Amino acid sequence: MFNWLSQIFAVTSFSMRSLPQRKGSSLAAMVGITGVVAVMVGVLSIAQGVLRTMESSVGDVNAIVLRSGSDSEMMSGLGGEDVRIIAEAPGVARNDNGAVASPELFVIINLPMRSTGTDANVPMRGVQSQAISVRENFQMVEGRMFEWGLNELIVGTGARQQFAGLEIGSTIEVSQEQWPVVGVFEAGGGLAESEIWVDAAVLQSAYRRGNSFQSVYAKLSSYDAFEEFRDSLTSDPRLNVKPMREVDYYAAQSTTVYNMITGLGTIIAVIMGLGAVFGALNTMYTAVSARNREIATLRALGFRSGPVVISVLSESLLLALAGGLLGAGLAWLAFDGFRAATLNWSSFSAITFSFDVNASLLIQGIVFAMIIGLVGGLFPAIRAARQPVAQALREL
Amino acid sequence: MKYLYLIFSSLKRKKLRTGLTILSIMVAFILFGYLTAIRQAFDAGVEVAGADRLIVRHKVSLIQLLPQSYEEKMERIDGVDNAVHSTWFGGIYQEPRNFFAQMPIMPEELFDMYPEYVISDEHKAAWLENRAGALVGRGLVDRFGWKLGDRIPINATIWTKKDGGRTWEFDLVAIYDGAEKGTDTSQFFFRYDFFDETRAMGEGLVGWYTVRVADPDRAAEVAAAIDVEFANSATETKTEPEGAFIQGFANQIGNIGFIIMSIMSAVFFIILLVAGNTMAYTVRERTNELAVLKAIGFTDRGVLGLVLGESLAITLVGGLLGLGLAWGLVSMGDPTSGSFPVFYFPAGDMFVGLALIVAMAFVAGIIPAMQAQRLQIADALRR
Amino acid sequence: MTELNTDNSLVRVSGVDKVFKRGSEEIHVLGGLDLEIPNGEFLALMGPSGSGKSTLLNLVGGLDRPSEGTVEVGGKRIDKLSERRLAAWRARHVGLVFQFYNLMPVLSAQKNVELPLLLTRLSASERKKRAAIALDIVGLSHRAGHYPRQLSGGEQQRTGIARAIVTDPTLLLCDEPTGDLDRKAGDEILDLLQALNKEQGKTIIMVTHDIHAAARATRTLYLNKGQLSTSPVD
Repeated sequence: MFNWLSQIFAVTSFSMRSLPQRKGSSLAAMVGITGVVAVMVGVLSIAQGVLRTMESSVGDVNAIVLRSGSDSEMMSGLGGEDVRIIAEAPGVARNDNGAVASPELFVIINLPMRSTGTDANVPMRGVQSQAISVRENFQMVEGRMFEWGLNELIVGTGARQQFAGLEIGSTIEVSQEQWPVVGVFEAGGGLAESEIWVDAAVLQSAYRRGNSFQSVYAKLSSYDAFEEFRDSLTSDPRLNVKPMREVDYYAAQSTTVYNMITGLGTIIAVIMGLGAVFGALNTMYTAVSARNREIATLRALGFRSGPVVISVLSESLLLALAGGLLGAGLAWLAFDGFRAATLNWSSFSAITFSFDVNASLLIQGIVFAMIIGLVGGLFPAIRAARQPVAQALREL
Repeated sequence: MKYLYLIFSSLKRKKLRTGLTILSIMVAFILFGYLTAIRQAFDAGVEVAGADRLIVRHKVSLIQLLPQSYEEKMERIDGVDNAVHSTWFGGIYQEPRNFFAQMPIMPEELFDMYPEYVISDEHKAAWLENRAGALVGRGLVDRFGWKLGDRIPINATIWTKKDGGRTWEFDLVAIYDGAEKGTDTSQFFFRYDFFDETRAMGEGLVGWYTVRVADPDRAAEVAAAIDVEFANSATETKTEPEGAFIQGFANQIGNIGFIIMSIMSAVFFIILLVAGNTMAYTVRERTNELAVLKAIGFTDRGVLGLVLGESLAITLVGGLLGLGLAWGLVSMGDPTSGSFPVFYFPAGDMFVGLALIVAMAFVAGIIPAMQAQRLQIADALRR
Repeated sequence: MTELNTDNSLVRVSGVDKVFKRGSEEIHVLGGLDLEIPNGEFLALMGPSGSGKSTLLNLVGGLDRPSEGTVEVGGKRIDKLSERRLAAWRARHVGLVFQFYNLMPVLSAQKNVELPLLLTRLSASERKKRAAIALDIVGLSHRAGHYPRQLSGGEQQRTGIARAIVTDPTLLLCDEPTGDLDRKAGDEILDLLQALNKEQGKTIIMVTHDIHAAARATRTLYLNKGQLSTSPVD
């Protein structure tokens, strides 16, 4: 055993000593892997970002109620009476102001994107005071809350960053009236940060919606209370609604975008990875052939082929690890937190999100690099070990 | 031509290395073809947009409706040739992931407004005859394996029927083909008269208008005139060229062009390293041979050309293989199984690919080639 | 390109020196050397390692330029030719034979021999024909399709000689052509060179360490410390 280990050590130290002579091709292979990992992590971080935005929107004990048959708030509609019944349903948590249920309106307005100047469908939400109790992480960060009953609006941090004309003090035109922006809010990185909020009652009259709403967000007394809540609503003959856990609702909302980006990202990563494998193979074959005589000499002296294989493999894995770490690091520096906007197909409205380079992505990237290194090193290693000693000695 | 044999013989020297380099270049160009097709899928609408067509929508947002009566008012405006309205139906066929666009429209108006939709006279007649008939693009028909005469149920998410039902049934009576490769054949049209009398609410309201102007040079002026016409009414409009409208829509999804360009740059940079490295090795290992070539009378420039030629041969083989495979893969269909309205490898980008091949060959080969050019015979032979 | 003037001496080297720099030190390899080689001569050039034999050969063959002095071949100064003209000149007038053959491993014997003809305007079929003749002269017609690694050392060197004579040059320069061969193969090569000299009138300059090889030449010169003499220095 000791003998074997010392053989490995001897062969590997030989190969490491010759590394500087092969620095060109080793560097090329490493940079190649760096690039592959950086691109893969970068693309997948878009999907992660969208997912995180959706997940951050979720309160564990929250439920959302839409008209049955609707997949998003956009398509939904609930009358004033429906909303009252939902708020009084069993399972809804209560605070000083009564049931923690927030009937809301959801419309879309056009605002130009800062990046391109072209219009985006910006979501605008009409809320009542309980909206803030439902969303625990809601917080004003600048300016003030709008006055109830006035044409004033507050904007999410994501919306302010991505769309033009949403600074505090500026006004936007909705329904032929000027609405000043009076405050900016955060919502824990969630979907609401892409939105503009106004008083639901004001929005109802501006859009001639009477006393109708589109959704009710409710905080339940406990996680398990959902079943009771759902059953009471679906069995109520006066209602025709679809209660969902918020978790499920947002998961469904993000599926399309997430799958599309992940699918494309994976294809791109696999194709690029293939290219990197060829690059790594090339480098390692070159490395092996450059050391042909040295390896043959060692074997002529009595070294076994196992240590030779391990030495070649360890070099390739080392290069891959370096490339993987570098690539993951680059992706993290370049993309993490990078803000962008895309279209949420389900509600036809813009969502703003930040690229999310998280630990699991970084690990995925490094693992991917190691796979490239393994494949790239294995075949050359086997070849080096199989090379007939006499022939290799003669060749050079 | 007589040097070709020499160049190709050199590629046989280290078959494995040459093969691997060719494969990595091939991969780069497969990716190039694929990403080009994806970008094309996002840009297609913009490219085929009619220069003489404007889109008129509600000023506040696309989802707010306009009165049907605007059509007549618009057509009276000077410079407007025709106005056609469409409405977003937003229904679901079987399940949400089978997404495609459905729109009620007036058949004769569609025939007039969209010459890029190629429809046979029988199909036109069949559609005019059947109130519940649908005109469907070839791509969509193929995607779901429909055939003429099929009854297609669509579940409404917005438009309930007067009878309270949500399932609308349409007869597939007509199919349109695209006049050009980039024409969107993933759409589902049905008759507005049927739609208007069946829907429970919103009677007389439509989604947006497509307006054809008599003189494309005056498009901006006409667009302004339309918006002025409806200014200060309960429903104000926003009018823009069709191309700008589609571009704006694509921009909402994200800066696709930028993302794809970034990925491509990274990929080509990596492959360039691999190919350049191979060429450098090739030259280093053959110092002696190149010196012999010079000794027997090849000029410095001739040797430079030989090395560049080898670089070109390797990239050409890899690049053409890659472009060919990409073309094949793209023809097999889009990776999102139908989310893209069009998915093909545009001929123009094929030429861009060829140019990239030559550029890559040059960049990868020029430094080793110059080393070969500068090689001193006496020094090199002494080694 | 004009034909070489061969009326008098084919090669005239006068006052030639070649300086190499090793670090800051300057090494004068040939100290103002003079040499004349008449047309049709088979000259053997001997001398210890590092005496400048190969350097002299390179200068005459236009592979290198003298630091001082002139090199005339066939009445033409070649030390002043541009790189491009010199390459064309070599292609036309000089055949080179190397100690280690220097064949292209990826080309068959036939294609190796054809290589210099690529620089001419000959048609493909004409090139093929001439390569076949050259191979026939060296007695290798039966091995034309073989690759260098499939040939013995002697056969490789004969291929090298065929490549050198395929353009029908006036001057053959051989740098230790038998240095890597056993006695028998070496003798065959020397027979061949001798025949080329006698029957085809090629002027040959051969650098060698081997006294037996030198014995085949019509004249032998010894180079030592940059000076030529007709007898070896002890």
